[in-house]
Amino acid sequence: MSRVVVVGNGMVGQRFVETLRARDVDGRWQITVLAEENRPAYDRVGLSAFFSGATPEELSLVPEGFYDHEGDVCLKLGAQVTEVDRDRKVVRTVDGEYPYDALVLATGSYSFVPPVPGHDLPGTFVYRTIDDLVALRDYAAGRGVGAVVGGGLLGLEAANALRLLGLQTHIVEFAPRLMPQQLDESGAAMLKVQVEALGLTVHTATKTERLEPGADGAVKSMVFGDGQELGVDLVVFAAGVRPRDELARKAGLTVGERGGIAVDETCRTTDADVYAIGECALMIDRVYGLVQPGYAMAEVVAQQLLDQPATFKGADLSTKLKLLGIDVAVFGDAQGELDVVYADPAYGVYAKLALTDDAQTLLGGILVGDASAYATLRASIGGPIPGKLADFLGSGQVEGTLPGTAQVCSCNAVTKNDVFEAISDGCKDVPGIKACTKAGTTCGSCVPLLKSLLAEAGVQQDKAICEHFAFSRQELFDLIRVRGITTFSQLVAEHGQGRGCDLCKPTVASILASLGNGHVLEGEQATLQDTNDHFLANLQRNGTYSVVPRIPGGEITPDKLIVIGEVARDYGLYTKITGGQRIDLLGARVDQLPAIWRRLVDAGFESGHAYGKALRTVKSCVGTTWCRYGVQDSVGLAIALEERYRGLRAPHKIKCAVSGCARECAEARSKDFGVIATENGWNLFLGGNGGFRPRHADLFATDLDTATLVRYIDRFLMFYIRTADRLQRTAAWLESLDGGLDYLREVIVDDSLGLCADLDAAMDRHVGSYVDEWRATLEDPDKLRRFVSFVNAPDAPDPSIEFVTERGQRVPAQHRQPVVVAGTRLPVREVDP
Amino acid sequence: MTAIWTRQWTEVCRFDDLEPERGVAALVGGDQVAVFRTHDGAVYAVSNYDPCSGAYVLSRGIVGTRGHAPTVASPMFKDVYDLRTGECFGQPNVMIRTYAVSCTDGIVRVAARDPS
Ligand SMILES: Cc1cc2nc3c(=O)[nH]c(=O)nc-3n(C[C@H](O)[C@H](O)[C@H](O)COP(=O)(O)OP(=O)(O)OC[C@H]3O[C@@H](n4cnc5c(N)ncnc54)[C@H](O)[C@@H]3O)c2cc1C
Ligand code: SF4
Repeated sequence: MSRVVVVGNGMVGQRFVETLRARDVDGRWQITVLAEENRPAYDRVGLSAFFSGATPEELSLVPEGFYDHEGDVCLKLGAQVTEVDRDRKVVRTVDGEYPYDALVLATGSYSFVPPVPGHDLPGTFVYRTIDDLVALRDYAAGRGVGAVVGGGLLGLEAANALRLLGLQTHIVEFAPRLMPQQLDESGAAMLKVQVEALGLTVHTATKTERLEPGADGAVKSMVFGDGQELGVDLVVFAAGVRPRDELARKAGLTVGERGGIAVDETCRTTDADVYAIGECALMIDRVYGLVQPGYAMAEVVAQQLLDQPATFKGADLSTKLKLLGIDVAVFGDAQGELDVVYADPAYGVYAKLALTDDAQTLLGGILVGDASAYATLRASIGGPIPGKLADFLGSGQVEGTLPGTAQVCSCNAVTKNDVFEAISDGCKDVPGIKACTKAGTTCGSCVPLLKSLLAEAGVQQDKAICEHFAFSRQELFDLIRVRGITTFSQLVAEHGQGRGCDLCKPTVASILASLGNGHVLEGEQATLQDTNDHFLANLQRNGTYSVVPRIPGGEITPDKLIVIGEVARDYGLYTKITGGQRIDLLGARVDQLPAIWRRLVDAGFESGHAYGKALRTVKSCVGTTWCRYGVQDSVGLAIALEERYRGLRAPHKIKCAVSGCARECAEARSKDFGVIATENGWNLFLGGNGGFRPRHADLFATDLDTATLVRYIDRFLMFYIRTADRLQRTAAWLESLDGGLDYLREVIVDDSLGLCADLDAAMDRHVGSYVDEWRATLEDPDKLRRFVSFVNAPDAPDPSIEFVTERGQRVPAQHRQPVVVAGTRLPVREVDP
Repeated sequence: MTAIWTRQWTEVCRFDDLEPERGVAALVGGDQVAVFRTHDGAVYAVSNYDPCSGAYVLSRGIVGTRGHAPTVASPMFKDVYDLRTGECFGQPNVMIRTYAVSCTDGIVRVAARDPS
């Protein structure tokens, strides 16, 4: 067996190992990978997803168990190679020596930091590794202003990250325009408008002269070429990358004048046993800063090692910017003999297509503002534009089908035919196609195209909430939060279509409420609410509503009990003790609700949220207050929890219970979250209930003190609210979490996503801003106006509501059978009023 | 068959009383009518009676669109009706009555059935 040593476990190094393993069916090569970073290869292209919540695990590129078979392939993490001894054919790390028959250098790049004075002050960062991002995130916490040096692709990504971290963000670019390498002047101008609309400040044609420290020694201001100064709390350098060729240099291999390990089209360096691939390689005078050419090189070397001749054949340099909300795409050769340009400043759209002079062949193009046509256009390079040019110019969209040979995913060289083959082999959705073909697994820009290919092949797949939004609830949540959207109108205008429906409107209403956008009946929010939230009561089957005052923990004074009894008697309401330890008052007409609530509010009651998707009750047993077995105060805790979470809007209603000992009289394990007292504190159970598919909650943590317990519940609830689907209960949500309860523990106990501070703050905001919705409604004549049965007869009760008496109380008269109303439509003659 | 109806108009409310994308119920010649104002300022009137549940509740449903059709979803079992025609999406033989609406001088009027 021959030995190949790979230096670097980045995207390209990993791809090389996978390719060689897949092709080396006879087991000719034993592979050793030496990696300087402390984690196995991850998706650097998708690095920024880290700031929208992706975990390092989610970014990982290494298939599970890949390096587990000791022997034929092994990975050493934290193993920086310090020297290559070409005479003895060994590489050296601090730990030891590794002999090789073939050596593959896949050392990537480092971020270039311009040598301006102050570039190494505390508070300066680069944007290359997960560790860089972790350091940046930690430093950014609690700070206000950030600047990015560099307005290219990477700089814009870094700037977006700063924005997501909540910083006021500046982009400082030396060139006179953004993305100077890819965009023409008009495209860059349009991009600038869009970037500024996101709230970022762009300084083009601006040279960074020096950085200056503040009193604490960390960076405090930037001084520009024209003497202007900008106060900043941190600076990220994204001014380009340089190939990491230091090992090769030291080993006497030829490197380029401006860096990069010189290789020929077989990826061989000047030493025939040493190869270089990826971003460290200078392939015939060119260093490629993109992953796709690197993957092609990985393939070339893998084949050579198996004696299959192969050469590098150039690369597709298309890129699509992944800035939330802004589309920018550059593909193919954007300089053609014939340019077709479409610009619509009103909509911030700019498109340029480069064609051959007979307009028959697409060479490349630039899309700013709307890149929905990117994947299709890119796949069409070298052939005619799909569909009619005029349609494209008018709408920015292309229709029409691609030829089977069109490359759908250029990162992984997957054609439309490959995708269709995968579909006919049974792939039913994008994840399936990804797993089967690798398409869409790298930069992700072809994912929309994969979806349309699935549609073209007649496969139904959709996680969209409804016809108005192509997003899941979680995506909508992020969109609303990150873009600071406060109204449905804005959301549907910018990210949806039509005017919404009974699926998306309440979902958005709930998201807006979770993000603390005020009273549910305030302004436009009122129109989004389901009837229950609209009338702050639960619609019953005859069109009347329920009245359910909050009785935290089920504990109530005799005086309050009497008030409830009197109200029920005076309005003829049916009363029932509920399973959640409160009292339902049923049968109130819309026009009676305010008067009923006025009496309840005056007696000290507040809304019990028996309507809407929100926290309902926290049930309790009597615990140490009365019970001879109780070991903790279950009543006190239940009341505290119910008051803490009252009014909390969620994807589904939430119920909880607290039992004072393991006898479990409150049935805590059948709730969304349940607490059971122990001698030493509290055991927390999560994800019970399950609705029509009942489920017992799982034990999440044991013997917690009260403060820790409450923090965990805070985080559990907030994380659920942020990531669950529409109408997904905690039980189903927990089951759908990849990694389940352990993963949840990592997130809310170990803070693996770095989210906890954010979740805590969100809950604190909720608790701090709670107001009783009924009290607020009674105080506002505008909100009270809607509580009438008829707009033109406010005092007339609804005559359709009829009751009969059963077991001594009023109940709805027998339900009318649903009727079918159809038939002829009659012509009418108009008579004007 | 051709029948001729004569319309009798009833004042319902001011246009400004109508919240965009929300309904009100009104009594029009003994009928319960649900009146809606959509986002574009159009006003529609349909029966307040939801045939699928037997309750008079349509005025309390969520207003929206299906394709280009303005719609209301019954708050009871979420059946969706076309505000222009009264047709029920997904249930071809279910329909609700529609009423003519006029809006002049800021006053919304609905035409009731022939009093006969
Ligand atoms: C934020 C960001 C966004 C990007 N977006 C895109 C995009 O949209 N499209 C695109 O095509 N490209 C994009 N790129 C570029 C892309 O990530 C790189 O082209 C790709 O990662 C190169 O792969 P590589 O394996 O050559 O290098 P890397 O992924 O950098 O891997 C090199 C590895 O080698 C290790 N190493 C170096 N020296 C040694 C040593 N002496 N001993 C041991 N290990 C060593 C390094 O620590 C590193 O882990 C982006 C890059 C960044 C940072
Ligand atoms: S759970 Fe324990 S403390 Fe609570 S009532 Fe039952 S026996 Fe008593």
